[in-house]
Amino acid sequence: MNIHAVAAIYKFEMARAWRTVMQSVISPVISTSLYFIVFGAAIGSRIQEVDGIAYGAFIVPGLIMLQLLTQSISNAAFGIYFPRFAGTIYEVLSAPVSAFEVVLGYVGAAATKSIILGLIILGTAMAFIDLPIAHPILMLVFLVLTAVTFALFGFIIGIWADGFEKLQLVPLLVVTPLAFLGGSFYSIDMLPPFWRDVSLANPVVYLISGFRWAFFESSDVSIVVSLTMTLVFMGLALAFISWIFKTGWRMKP
Amino acid sequence: MSSVQTPPILSIQGVSKTYEGGFQALHTVDLDIKKGEIFALLGPNGAGKTTLISLICGLARLSEGTITVDGHDVVKDYRAARAKIGLVPQELTTDAFETVHNTVSFSRGLFGKPKDPAVVERVLKSLTLWEKRDSQLRQLSGGMKRRVLIAKALAHEPDILFLDEPTAGVDVSLRREMWAVVGDLRKTGVTVILTTHYIEEAEMMADRIGVIAGGKLILVEDKAELMQKLGHKELTLVLQEPLTTIPPALSEFDLALSEDGQSLTYSYDTRAERTGIGSLMRLLAENGVRFKDIATKQSTLEEIFVGLVEETR
Ligand SMILES: Nc1ncnc2c1ncn2[C@@H]1O[C@H](COP(=O)(O)OP(=O)(O)O)[C@@H](O)[C@H]1O
Ligand SMILES: [Mg+2]
Repeated sequence: MNIHAVAAIYKFEMARAWRTVMQSVISPVISTSLYFIVFGAAIGSRIQEVDGIAYGAFIVPGLIMLQLLTQSISNAAFGIYFPRFAGTIYEVLSAPVSAFEVVLGYVGAAATKSIILGLIILGTAMAFIDLPIAHPILMLVFLVLTAVTFALFGFIIGIWADGFEKLQLVPLLVVTPLAFLGGSFYSIDMLPPFWRDVSLANPVVYLISGFRWAFFESSDVSIVVSLTMTLVFMGLALAFISWIFKTGWRMKP
Repeated sequence: MSSVQTPPILSIQGVSKTYEGGFQALHTVDLDIKKGEIFALLGPNGAGKTTLISLICGLARLSEGTITVDGHDVVKDYRAARAKIGLVPQELTTDAFETVHNTVSFSRGLFGKPKDPAVVERVLKSLTLWEKRDSQLRQLSGGMKRRVLIAKALAHEPDILFLDEPTAGVDVSLRREMWAVVGDLRKTGVTVILTTHYIEEAEMMADRIGVIAGGKLILVEDKAELMQKLGHKELTLVLQEPLTTIPPALSEFDLALSEDGQSLTYSYDTRAERTGIGSLMRLLAENGVRFKDIATKQSTLEEIFVGLVEETR
């Protein structure tokens, strides 16, 4: 294992985040605070409790997930897309590194950044409201699993994209709607039966539900199903990435 | 008689490359590179130089053949093979916001070597980049950026360095500077493979030259031998008395009479079985053409090159 290479890529990516700290940390924190004020404070005060949880607290896991998903994807996608676009990828491709090591470096850094971000948002929320965390360890496990899984998806998008539009299109057209419709702001049990069943096809439902369970011990779907589904998505992403490196798809002519 | 046989540091056997669209960029290339030599791959644009380097370095997939670096197969044993290679690409691609020092340290780590500030310092100093170590890459000139790319490629102390068109599109002074850099590299013992479409550059820097055109390696020769063996030569005779026409008895020779009639020039190919110089001399004497001076001129690599490339068209 080329540890030095993994460390070099990881450090490089983390340094990049530091240079763009405004974009990578401050803007998601601001937008989350806005959601929080609008949905939590303004509208939330008129909404009854959901599953016995104050609405302001209820939306926190969803809000964190929303940011975790979009940031994991865009961090990882940009991290690998940019060197392809600028041409500096030649160095990574010509280095004595395996696909696994490359992914570990890029995805590891992207996931780290969004995990830090998730914790910052959590801290922000706790400053506003009273928020119990029933299972802190499980909460962290979900945070990490989700960040890694979606960073893997982001990595795939970064390799697939052949322009900046595509890079932004997927998070915008696919991920954000899935996150919104995945129960960030409501319990899918509140939906009519038909739409509830449709929602179950949305992978994000399992993430948000599992994550929420770690806070409140109440969820839309069972925690075991949530964990299993998350691991399945991760497996799919990993399988696709190993195919990419085996065939050189979009990387090696 | 031959020098002691050491195994080649790089061995390319039966290598072909067909790109996805079906275009065949390389046709069964065979080439062995000796340790420590400076090899120039000379060929016009689109000849397949970058393609060959990409196959060696892992930037493109082999269609056919095998490549080994110091005995390590570049596909099956890519880790060992790539650890020995440093690549300076044709395009000047750098991370604009990185500093010189960081980007060179990054390369060292990427190629699996532990941090070693002393090596980085030595590499930067050897390329006169030490003063610029804290500058961001976007602040550097083109020539400076090229040197940073060389420093990156040398940061893990490779055995082989590839320089893909190191002087394409740069001005004369930068080209001279690059030649000096390569001259210094020679002293360190690193094997250098460079590509170029400037003949004078191959002539200046290389020990051996491979001529590539249309995806085929047309020939590989020591530079000196190439110049000698393939040379089209001219023999000029300065006459004692001017001639008005070439005597008909000499019509079988490729002769040209200067305008003033003072000199005769005979063109011949040193590759030919017989150069015909002996019989030319005899016939000249028999026809009473006497000369007072004689000079030969070797054609330049440029002329050889153009001749070869045209032959393969
Ligand atoms: N990725 C690619 N896909 C298809 N054709 C390519 C690709 N890269 C290079 N070629 C073609 O292969 C030939 C050789 O290119 P290249 O190796 O870059 O030549 P050189 O470096 O000698 O100028 C050219 O005709 C070029 O158009
Ligand atoms: Mg080229």
